[in-house]
Amino acid sequence: MKKRFLPLLVTIFVFILAYAICTLQFPKILSWRVVGNLMTDNAFLGVVAVGMTFVIISGGIDLSVGAVIAFTGVFLAVTIQHGLPPELAFILVIGIAAIFGAAMGAMIHYLRTPPFIVTLAGMFLARGSCFLMTTDSVPVDHPLYARLNEVFVQLPQGGRLSLVGLIMLVTVAAGSLLLHQTRFGANVFALGGNRAAAAMMGVPIARTTILIYMLSATLSALAGIVYSLYTSSGYSLAAVGVELDTIAAVVIGGTLLTGGQGFVLGTFIGVLIQGLIQTYITFDGTLSSWWTKIVVGLLLFAFIAFHRLLVVLSARRLQAGSSPQRRTEPAGTRSTGPQSTGARST
Amino acid sequence: MTGRPMTAGFTAGGLPSAWRQSLPQIIALAAVLLADWLIFPDFFQVRLQDGRLFGSIVDVFNRGAPVAILSIGMTLVIATRGIDLSVGAVMAIAGAVAATLINGGHGMAIAVLAALAVGIACGLWNGLLVAVLDIQPIVATLILMVAGRGIAQLITEGQIVTFVDPSLIAVANGSFLGIPMPVVITLAMLAITVLLFRTTALGLFIEAIGINRLSSTYAGVNTRIVLAIAYAWCGLTASVAGIIAAANIKGADANNAGLWLELDAILAVVIGGTSLFGGRFRLLLSFIGAIIIQAMNTGILLSGFKPEFNLIVKAAVIIVILIMQSDAPALLHGRYRRWRDSPAPGRETPERQAGGGAA
Repeated sequence: MKKRFLPLLVTIFVFILAYAICTLQFPKILSWRVVGNLMTDNAFLGVVAVGMTFVIISGGIDLSVGAVIAFTGVFLAVTIQHGLPPELAFILVIGIAAIFGAAMGAMIHYLRTPPFIVTLAGMFLARGSCFLMTTDSVPVDHPLYARLNEVFVQLPQGGRLSLVGLIMLVTVAAGSLLLHQTRFGANVFALGGNRAAAAMMGVPIARTTILIYMLSATLSALAGIVYSLYTSSGYSLAAVGVELDTIAAVVIGGTLLTGGQGFVLGTFIGVLIQGLIQTYITFDGTLSSWWTKIVVGLLLFAFIAFHRLLVVLSARRLQAGSSPQRRTEPAGTRSTGPQSTGARST
Repeated sequence: MTGRPMTAGFTAGGLPSAWRQSLPQIIALAAVLLADWLIFPDFFQVRLQDGRLFGSIVDVFNRGAPVAILSIGMTLVIATRGIDLSVGAVMAIAGAVAATLINGGHGMAIAVLAALAVGIACGLWNGLLVAVLDIQPIVATLILMVAGRGIAQLITEGQIVTFVDPSLIAVANGSFLGIPMPVVITLAMLAITVLLFRTTALGLFIEAIGINRLSSTYAGVNTRIVLAIAYAWCGLTASVAGIIAAANIKGADANNAGLWLELDAILAVVIGGTSLFGGRFRLLLSFIGAIIIQAMNTGILLSGFKPEFNLIVKAAVIIVILIMQSDAPALLHGRYRRWRDSPAPGRETPERQAGGGAA
């Protein structure tokens, strides 16, 4: 039982260590002002990463999230410019995203195709739809945006927890509850652990798969709203590569990319670690921003190697103890479920 | 040779089976080219100028070269039931290495060889993660996809390194017997790869790993080495594409070189009929897939649509292919046959005799 928490503990340890190192070099990093900014600047990433956690725990992947964020931003900017009230636009875009996600989930389940390629098509579709609406960067100057951006919780030392930061914290809390305390969450874990076994246990595979991708797309739209509030504009090339940052955050947060294990809280800390690297680079002033990519890549490698080591060690231990009830999969096979058997006729 | 029964060289249709299996791709290519021709009547017009061929159809092959080259390596990796997401980033690294070296006063040969070596090294890194550390391919190559552009920027020191060396620029702008150099390089890479992987047992080993890695190991295939070779070859093709891309714009752009091309390459392989579940591959059809993608791009440009429209078309193509590759058509067909063959009252079934043979 304790072993399950080891990846999460390591993530938390890395975060505290990194923060301590940063503080030693720049004491000002340990201030409420920086913490408040960390929340605001990474709010959209935090929101979208919660959805991605569900997807990855279920053994899938969602490449469309960045495109959905851009789509949401452009959709909001264009419709608000044409006089639609923002509240209505918010509801509309979340509805569209939910249908979009459900369609991807349905394709993944019913066509038995890898989530990777279906969400790739979704990414092209969402990105292409933004381009069709406009290729310009459209500003949003609705009074509601100005009002919402003035909402914040006062932190000590002049720090501010903005509305978008709050939205992220609420999403993380709600996502945590949904994943760890509900039947749906248990089904997600079951799906990622072993699809065939989950089906035999009576987990509604079709419904769960569709709901997972629906959740991811909906949260991407919410992240898009956050992003739209944060930048007060919509641009079709916005959030390019966010899917990679999101996946990195989830993995650094201790979620196994093979599925079946993970924590929403860990993902949140994974997002904060990436934000911290960027903050460090800003504080330093001489380092270029592309160091972020290299450091994130290194962290990604370290965590993936660490997870792999855990799996290998537990497999060894099981073999040594010769307990027959649990056995890890042979190397190199992905648990893609029943469709993986036999060649396809094309 | 592959998982399919190869005994039947000729089928009921009277065509060799290899041809029959390539038919969807060839028809698709013909349809796209026909559409291009309808949009733009001069599409097939080719003229010789300054000893080099020009024309829209030449352009399709010329511009499609990077994706076509990428798709060669990607085909091998996908056949092992893997995937390589890092090829775009490797392109950026290879372009950066070549541009920096040539500006540093090194010769053309050194610059190109170093770029190719770096590409192979990147591929071997991916291969090491997949084959030795047993990390899922999509995850293993994600690391280099994220970090690769940072590394490329480290090499170019965050700038777009432009160069004027004529021999390096000729890689993209030169020609050989009138054929543009990128097309020549693509065909050469295709020929070398076919020779290396289809005339030896290597291709067979790759397909064996794709079908079942564990049983291949038990059967005596050194799966680690074969996997490493597949990923290294993919890295090599990525670096070749990267050199062409850099030569094309006479500079190395670490941010944008090869951006999202990994997705185009995967799409080309999928259009070419190589299953994402591994186990078999068709190098030539992946090449045709890449040309289909480029012919669509060119067609959209020629028809006056915004180039952004491309993405929607690509999404539609993926969805159609997914539906075709899934069990849905077979199920529908089966249902239709059952309906047709069922002795419904008042309905004659003359098709029964005709529908026997192939299936």
